Amino acid sequence: MPETNALPAVTVRGLYKTYASGLTALKNIELTINRGEIFALLGPNGAGKTTLINIICGIVTASAGSIEANGHDIVRDYRAARTIIGLVPQELHTDAFESVWATVTFSRGLFGKAPNVALCEKILRDLSLWDRKDTKIMTLSGGMKRRVMIAKALAHEPEILFLDEPTAGVDVELRREMWQLVRGLRERGVTIILTTHYIEEAEEMADRIGVINHGELIVVEDKVRLMRKLGKRQLTLQLQSPLAQLPPGLADYPLELSQDGHALVFHFDAHSRETGIPGLLRRLSELGLEIKDLHSQESSLEDIFVGLVRARP
Amino acid sequence: MNVHAIRAIYHFEMARTFRTLMQSIASPVLSTALYFVVFGAAIGARMGRVDGVGYGAFIVPGLIMLSILSESVSNASFGIYLPKWSGTIFELLSAPVSYVEALIGYVGAAATKSVMLGVLILVTARVCVPYHIAHPAWMALFLILTAVTFSLFGFIIGLWAESFEQLQIVPLMIITPLTFLGGAFYSISMLPPLWQKITLFNPVVYLISGFRWSFFGVADVNVVTSAAATFGFLALCIAVVSWIFKTGYKLKS
Repeated sequence: MPETNALPAVTVRGLYKTYASGLTALKNIELTINRGEIFALLGPNGAGKTTLINIICGIVTASAGSIEANGHDIVRDYRAARTIIGLVPQELHTDAFESVWATVTFSRGLFGKAPNVALCEKILRDLSLWDRKDTKIMTLSGGMKRRVMIAKALAHEPEILFLDEPTAGVDVELRREMWQLVRGLRERGVTIILTTHYIEEAEEMADRIGVINHGELIVVEDKVRLMRKLGKRQLTLQLQSPLAQLPPGLADYPLELSQDGHALVFHFDAHSRETGIPGLLRRLSELGLEIKDLHSQESSLEDIFVGLVRARP
Repeated sequence: MNVHAIRAIYHFEMARTFRTLMQSIASPVLSTALYFVVFGAAIGARMGRVDGVGYGAFIVPGLIMLSILSESVSNASFGIYLPKWSGTIFELLSAPVSYVEALIGYVGAAATKSVMLGVLILVTARVCVPYHIAHPAWMALFLILTAVTFSLFGFIIGLWAESFEQLQIVPLMIITPLTFLGGAFYSISMLPPLWQKITLFNPVVYLISGFRWSFFGVADVNVVTSAAATFGFLALCIAVVSWIFKTGYKLKS
């Protein structure tokens, strides 16, 4: 278990990035990533997710602000900071002519770690790459290359792992495997920061969620709390006979009538004491409206995300 | 000092050399051997002695320099351009590696390859023409110094280049002409007086002259001037590289 009083894994303060082209990619980012958590960074394309990750990893220079990884400033104390960080970039940048084994051992050395054959073997076995260790990378499939990128990032035993769109263009089976891998890493105390387009991935994996849009971090929240706070529930009532319009007797309920008049949709707050459902059902029977079927559903993280991003143009 | 990183880069680059053995070693050796056959054996037999040295032997230092200069530049520039082009540079940039360490790895590997090549050509030449080396220690110094300096120069070009065309253009359009005009195949004293003056602006003259002196004890310019010029160029390259790494020029946005 990670120490509870330990320093945060990553602290970002007042971070700005304006590219030479004049494009402002990040505006005043303040973010703390706790040790041992899985943090998902969501945002539409071009929101600044990759820029943020690249700045933390040292690939892009910040315009203003400071970042610490385990208390090490990433500029002044870059050696200590970078040694504990691993990055799996979004693009599959690989050395085409190298063998899998050569590229993974190269990564370990580059990050200042003495060769460790047993460890590299274990990493390759865990990623089902062991039987391909002498294969030239260029001959591997996209999914296999993705595994190689992960193996390279893990070769120096990072404490903080960045996964930039780890499952983009990956088939369902491999995606499941990756989720399993990420969970396994978290159990060993590795802090994981991932960006993703698949909201179900964040919903499935993350402890906390940050939403970034137009270079601004608009929400950082515990996943469960975020879904509770911003999530809505809705109750759909299928009517026995269609309605032409909403009866006046129902005007004080937040109801919508479906296009065909066959269903009533009722929005309610699932977490308040009074959902209003019993009253609504009573009123419906008073009005003589017969209900054929009913079901309730919870809004997904996707609905919440779309709502957040749309709300701030 | 991140010794593991230096070793990793050096090893990686040397592995690339041996993987492309034909291209990196065999083809320069072959083309140099062809020069010896044509200029040394075929034409050289009809040429008089230059500075008291048979023509076949006279061109040996110049030919080695020709290879070392162009190979150092193209090896080192390719070594760093390739990761830039393929995107794998992200790993180097995110690694706990200082610019000095990256330089030692990349430039060290390129220079090693050039020195190996120089020695191979030296041996190949011995098969074609007889010569002896008057000052072997100086010869080794000039060989290594030139290999390092021009590998560094190549590294800069590799960082600067944005296309394969730009990568080729410097060795092709600058290094090769300067070497041919720098006295690889003639002594400067054979030129008209005006050209003798102009040619002194060609930095390669000093390299070839110093290197030839280490073989035959005769030189176009004083050997100390040659050594100083070589060190000067080395210092200039180091300064440019430091500036590049400090500012992140063409490396970081």
